[in-house]
Amino acid sequence: MNVLGFNLFGELHGIRGGVHPDDRKSLAAGQPIEDLPLPGLLHIPLQQHIGAAANPVVQRRQQVRKGEVIAHAQGAVSAPIHAPTSGRIVGLGLYPANHPSGLNVRTITLQPDGEDRWHPDIRGVEDPFALEPAEVAKRVAAAGIVGMGGATFPSAVKLNLRNRYSLHTLVINGAECEPYLTCDDRLMREHTAQVLDGVRIMAHALGVSRIIIGIEGNKPEALAAMREAAAEHAEVSVVKLPTRYPMGSEKHLVQTLTGKETPARGLTADIGVVVHNPATAFAVHEALRLGRPLISRVVTVTGQAVAQPKNLRVPIGTRVQALVDHCGGFSEEPAKLISGGPMMGQPLAELRVPIMKGSNGVLALTPAETGQRAPAPCIRCASCVGACPCGLVPLTMAAHVRTGDLDGAVDQGLMDCIGCGSCAYVCPAHIPLVQFFNHAKGELAARGRAKQKQTETKRLAEARTARIEAQKQAKRAAMAKRKAEQAAQKAKEQAKEQAAAKADHVEAAEAN
Amino acid sequence: MALVMLALVPATLFGLSQFGWPAIFLFTVTLGATLGFEALSLAAAGKPVRLTLMDGSALLTGWLLALTLPPWAPWWIGVVGGALAVLLGKQVFGGIGQNLFNPAMVARVALLISFPLEMTRWVAPAPLFTGDAPGFFEGLTITFGGQTLDALGFDAMSGASILGHVRTELGQGEVLNAALTGVFDPFSALLGTVPGSLGETSALLIALGGLWLIYKGVIDWRIPAALLGTVAVLATGMHLIDPGHYAGAPYHLLTGSIMLAAFFIATDPVTSPVSRAGQLVFGAGVGLLVYVIRTWGGYPEGVAFAVLLMNAATPMLDHYLKPRIYGRDRRGQPLEYPQPEATAATAKPGEGRQ
Ligand code: SF4
Ligand code: SF4
Repeated sequence: MNVLGFNLFGELHGIRGGVHPDDRKSLAAGQPIEDLPLPGLLHIPLQQHIGAAANPVVQRRQQVRKGEVIAHAQGAVSAPIHAPTSGRIVGLGLYPANHPSGLNVRTITLQPDGEDRWHPDIRGVEDPFALEPAEVAKRVAAAGIVGMGGATFPSAVKLNLRNRYSLHTLVINGAECEPYLTCDDRLMREHTAQVLDGVRIMAHALGVSRIIIGIEGNKPEALAAMREAAAEHAEVSVVKLPTRYPMGSEKHLVQTLTGKETPARGLTADIGVVVHNPATAFAVHEALRLGRPLISRVVTVTGQAVAQPKNLRVPIGTRVQALVDHCGGFSEEPAKLISGGPMMGQPLAELRVPIMKGSNGVLALTPAETGQRAPAPCIRCASCVGACPCGLVPLTMAAHVRTGDLDGAVDQGLMDCIGCGSCAYVCPAHIPLVQFFNHAKGELAARGRAKQKQTETKRLAEARTARIEAQKQAKRAAMAKRKAEQAAQKAKEQAKEQAAAKADHVEAAEAN
Repeated sequence: MALVMLALVPATLFGLSQFGWPAIFLFTVTLGATLGFEALSLAAAGKPVRLTLMDGSALLTGWLLALTLPPWAPWWIGVVGGALAVLLGKQVFGGIGQNLFNPAMVARVALLISFPLEMTRWVAPAPLFTGDAPGFFEGLTITFGGQTLDALGFDAMSGASILGHVRTELGQGEVLNAALTGVFDPFSALLGTVPGSLGETSALLIALGGLWLIYKGVIDWRIPAALLGTVAVLATGMHLIDPGHYAGAPYHLLTGSIMLAAFFIATDPVTSPVSRAGQLVFGAGVGLLVYVIRTWGGYPEGVAFAVLLMNAATPMLDHYLKPRIYGRDRRGQPLEYPQPEATAATAKPGEGRQ
């Protein structure tokens, strides 16, 4: 029972666990969003979302204009990709991914021509609220919009959940609970009307009549701005959330705001709620009103190793290096580079990797900021148990993972872990608990894939044996048939010969 | 760990001043022995010695053990105790974080069983620099001399702890009031000017240290609260039923090492459960066992046995009393989906979906 803020729908609902990391937002929170100048080359990966990679529809040396589709969505869960500016396609190949592995992935390379000319077909609609919900979702899908809080789930798929679930509420996740990040904060402050418009369009597409915008108390300006803008819309309420990590975890946010707990392995849609992010709402506004696809996003470049932390509007495909350069480079050698927030972000393999639709932050942390220490043995202090928002016992899970007993870890609830890192944050022994869990989940996924492959190979092998067998049978049958035919032929010929012989005989006899 | 030791400092200093030089020697020997055996076993196992010693866990173990020894016990009790705590209590399990039982309590119980005489020879406090107190060299003879207290002429000062005294008297058919007369005065038990081990004496200083640790967030309130609460409820209940045989809550809460156990021993994270529910059950279990052993068992003081028994139950408590996983019920099954369509359909037939 938390009475931690003004709330139109009564009080907020407490959830267990969570931590209070130093939010370090002041580094960048005061910096207005700045446009990053067009870089010399854009490296646009085909896989920027959850689901199937997009399929390129351009040729090398082809001229494209801003907003033109350069890769189509493939399958039900996917998103198309558009040219972030006008220019020439100079490469269709492999480029290092913005992923801890730094592996090469399929990427379209675009050389901007500097004119930044929009494609002539880019046109918005007068009144998105007059459109059928399905039509709104279709346009959102065509604009290539994905969850921009980092989850990168295709947004249109979520808007279409109304077909299978009975929904009543749209929750906007303005918690931005990760320390350091301020891009959603700035967006809500500077583009309040556009964000709110996008939110209301999404509510229309979902067919829900209730909208809750949750914003953590450490963003008073964003709260005030959104409240003021939302005042004239009775269906929208803006709620101040307690500042606590991981407030922005979808299921925990929904529970805080509505008091309803999402069943394990379910979706928030199971309890009638869909969650979207303010940056996604902004993209929806642009897509519907102006017809503009998702080709740029706001990225927070921060950390004490960055000379001038900033919030930048960046064309998708820009190298991280360009962002860092625009912020005056590093003021000291960073101990750690992260893509995303410090709690759930991924280490950056190198600076030439591109910004993608889900990249909300680039952090360059000094050794003092990372506070990395060598892990010591677990002393069972239970701090991690108290911090876990999911009610797990991280120390036991970690013990299972360490001995390679992944099934044991799953029994302990590994699959219910949201990877928030609260446990590792509080651990006095500096045990990288969440790394164990992410590693184990990756391992399990790989195992699942291997098993699938195995069964698939087995199926194929069996099919092949069956086919060969069938062929053999057919051959045998054909052979038997041919033999029978030959035999029949022979018999016939013999009969003929005999007949002829008989005739000769008769003739001879007659002649006699 | 450092904060825990800091919280122990006032009670320890008070205890040392109460029991004088012999106590100071024994305390030093016990701590030194514990650290020495820890260093030896670390070196033997090829682990980094300095780094691991720095974590302070061996020091704390030795400290807690020293606090539960009779203050004038001979030096070898401290050495053997230190060895038992480190080797039997900790290293055989694989070192820090791996031990099932509280090392200090393992050592104490092993000592009690092996050397019952030395381990039950208590003295009345003789504060440093007062007339009765042994001087520095007398203290050396007491701790290191290898002779019994009687032989040294200190027999007048030796006696049973309150718990032991009352138990003996009750065993001889005395009624409680008579048994308590002259030995139990809640006020001096609170302050700690009574016979007993170093850490058993001042319930007040121990409790204050413990409360400070709770305030600092170093220990959780659940185990101490459950432990003391259980003892208080049982003692009060039995006292109401038969005041002639069962002492009330103040007696049980202020004597023996119950405060030390509640705040410093049962709260050892390694050997207590990790879930909140588990901690409550653990604390209550220790409290119950302490009361049962004290009242009906064979030993006047049951803290060490109670803690060890509940240590043994810890893996089971951890297994059965896990927190509820988000989105699941207590048994780990996913929560039921609310089915608004179905309820809407049954509640308002004909109206259909809205
Ligand atoms: S927080 Fe770290 S040391 Fe404490 S129980 Fe969890 S894993 Fe062990
Ligand atoms: S990372 Fe997983 S186990 Fe750790 S606190 Fe978050 S949900 Fe719990």
